[in-house]
Amino acid sequence: MSTALEAEQTFVDKFPDEARVVRAAFLSAFFALFLGAIFGIIQTLHRTDVARIIPSTDYYTVLTAHGVFMVISFTIFFLVGLFTWALTRSLDRPLINIKITWTWYGLMAVGMTLTGISILAGFVDSIDMSADVLFTFYAPLQAHPLFYTGLVVFIVGTWIAGADWFRTFLAWRSDHPDQRIPLQTFMVLTTMTMWYIATSAVAASVLLFLLPWSLGLIDQVNPTLTRTLFWFFGHPVVYFWLMPAYMLWYTVLPKIAGGRLFSDPLARVVFVLFLLLSTPVGIHHQYLDPGIAEGFKFISMTNTMFLLLPSLLTAFTVVASVEYGARQNGGTGLLGWLTNLPWRKPEFTGMMLAGLMFAAGGFSGMVNAGMNINYLIHNTLWVPGHFHLTVGTAVALTMMAGTYWIWPQISNKPIFSSQIGLFQVVLWFIGMALMSNAMHAQGLLGVPRRTAEPEYSGFDYPTMFGGFEELNVQIAIGGTLLFVSTILFLGNLALTMGNPRVSGLAEPLPSPVSGSEDAPQVLDNLRLWVSIAVVLVVLAYALPIAAIIQRGGLLGPGVGTYPVWVAPVFDALADAATPLVGAVTDASASLVEVVR
Amino acid sequence: MHIHAYEKLWLALSIVLILALIGTVTYGAVGPGVAMVADTQQTVDSGALDEDERFSEPRVEQVGENEYEAYVVAYQFAFEPSPIVVPANSTVTLHVTSRDVIHGFEVVGTNANTMIVPGEVSEITVETDEPAEYGIVCNEYCGAGHHVMEGKLHVVSQSEFENRGGDSA
Repeated sequence: MSTALEAEQTFVDKFPDEARVVRAAFLSAFFALFLGAIFGIIQTLHRTDVARIIPSTDYYTVLTAHGVFMVISFTIFFLVGLFTWALTRSLDRPLINIKITWTWYGLMAVGMTLTGISILAGFVDSIDMSADVLFTFYAPLQAHPLFYTGLVVFIVGTWIAGADWFRTFLAWRSDHPDQRIPLQTFMVLTTMTMWYIATSAVAASVLLFLLPWSLGLIDQVNPTLTRTLFWFFGHPVVYFWLMPAYMLWYTVLPKIAGGRLFSDPLARVVFVLFLLLSTPVGIHHQYLDPGIAEGFKFISMTNTMFLLLPSLLTAFTVVASVEYGARQNGGTGLLGWLTNLPWRKPEFTGMMLAGLMFAAGGFSGMVNAGMNINYLIHNTLWVPGHFHLTVGTAVALTMMAGTYWIWPQISNKPIFSSQIGLFQVVLWFIGMALMSNAMHAQGLLGVPRRTAEPEYSGFDYPTMFGGFEELNVQIAIGGTLLFVSTILFLGNLALTMGNPRVSGLAEPLPSPVSGSEDAPQVLDNLRLWVSIAVVLVVLAYALPIAAIIQRGGLLGPGVGTYPVWVAPVFDALADAATPLVGAVTDASASLVEVVR
Repeated sequence: MHIHAYEKLWLALSIVLILALIGTVTYGAVGPGVAMVADTQQTVDSGALDEDERFSEPRVEQVGENEYEAYVVAYQFAFEPSPIVVPANSTVTLHVTSRDVIHGFEVVGTNANTMIVPGEVSEITVETDEPAEYGIVCNEYCGAGHHVMEGKLHVVSQSEFENRGGDSA
């Protein structure tokens, strides 16, 4: 491809149809981000008892909506947009059939709308529908069938998206039989392969068990089995969120820093490692589950620790690439080069701050992975503290920062205000530093996650890093800053969309210092890596799943059904019962005192 | 494939870190003897706990010198017994199960923590020390009243435990 030509043309100039799909996917992502942020701020202020504008029984509707809209809609819509851009750009050819492309986008949008409706209906007592089962939808709590149906339609949409990209790649391959797979395309293909493996389990869980059960076709399910199938998907999905961020760090960040990627071969190694290791680790979410043997947990722990390797390699390569850029621009000294970087650009500073927080998230993740110390923090607020650093910042902030760079490429419209953008990404960092740190600390005090009212009547939390109340204040302030940051991002983008189209915005991506010609040919052998990945998954999961089915049966050991959409009936009861329970507890306590 | 010398060093250090982390977990298991909740117990019929000799009457039992077993049932939205009363400086094995949905069992401020899955029995063994009162929270979302689900663990002196008649319900 001619660099001179690309320098004149932006992505939208060359591929206007694909650019429209990318914009549509991004806007769907940002709509979900907007909804997710509204539920985020309601939740933060409720949990910390700053402002409780909803009854506590509705908190779980808010929590389900925040989780699903943020980590399914926002992240995955952004991913399909970014991957469409990356594959088309790096193969330098349009997608095979844009109608198929719009079909998968449409399926994803319809699926998410169905799931969204089933969740939001939980706020309206007169509608007999609810999906207050949180992002993890653990049986035997049961959501309305529409919730599961929407998820299936959404996932089928992502499968067709992957097929669309693979077919386009194969068409390119027949025209270029001897060329290396371009790096961005390689990243798209390995990530989608991982996704097919990961989603096979959750699709099986929903289609074979949860959906027929919610429709009343089967009476019960095996809760350990559906839980295990969820986590088979639930860990690789976090890498599905993360790979778009990695793609931006590897292929766009070095360019913004004024340099180029340090090593193409190692970038390929990293993506292959994620393909191999992302899935056979899911049992580390079930360290404290009864009914799963300790040996299986140990194997999962070992695999999890090795999954640190690709991220540690990434830390080196990304920092080295940025340093290379700084030195190209006259940077010198051991750390002096840091001043030769474009810190005023929100796309640069946003991604660097996201990477810094990812390092912190990596360290708290090592604690989570440490099987026996996990007892201390399992299901405490430590865990959301951890993943707000990873998916909530490494991913979300990189996506926002990346948008400042990529939006002009896909629309020919310059960003409305870089200053607002810079302020916004820094505000996110500060807000998250406050919120996440305080969440980790509360987790160590034993404060549970996923609860509307973490203050209990019968005991007080110990005081370690400042008390419970003080940490609540930090969480509330941090959460509020994050909400303001999100609104600034969305406002800046809306104003950008109002800008007139201009020419001359094209920013071609440079080739790496150590290019693909240095990469061993075997790295591009996708069939080999897929085979190894499948073997590892079978090794990690065949015995545990067989043991779970043997213990509890395919359809569970006589466990009942607890549909959440009868919850409105319970609302009134719970509201009435809460003070009653308190009164009874107090009365019995004083009675005990008297008797003594 | 060309790999920069610093990158080789980084790679080596990363692998050392990973092996060290696996080492800490292994040490925790074989040194201090931290055992994982596992499949040590038979499954139970969560719909018929009334007929199960261990769980029909949730309680604490003495099974040896300074050794106790506690049978705890979790349900929407409480724990039984509450409080769980156990003597100080003893070894207590908790058997926890659920009558309905998935719950959590966490003794606040300690590492006594487990998932509770209906049909399964979670077994954890803890060492008590000085007399103290602990809160127990359900740390897995279990329905609209999840936030009111709490229990208590009272660690009392040996003499007080005996004055109560040993068992508590």
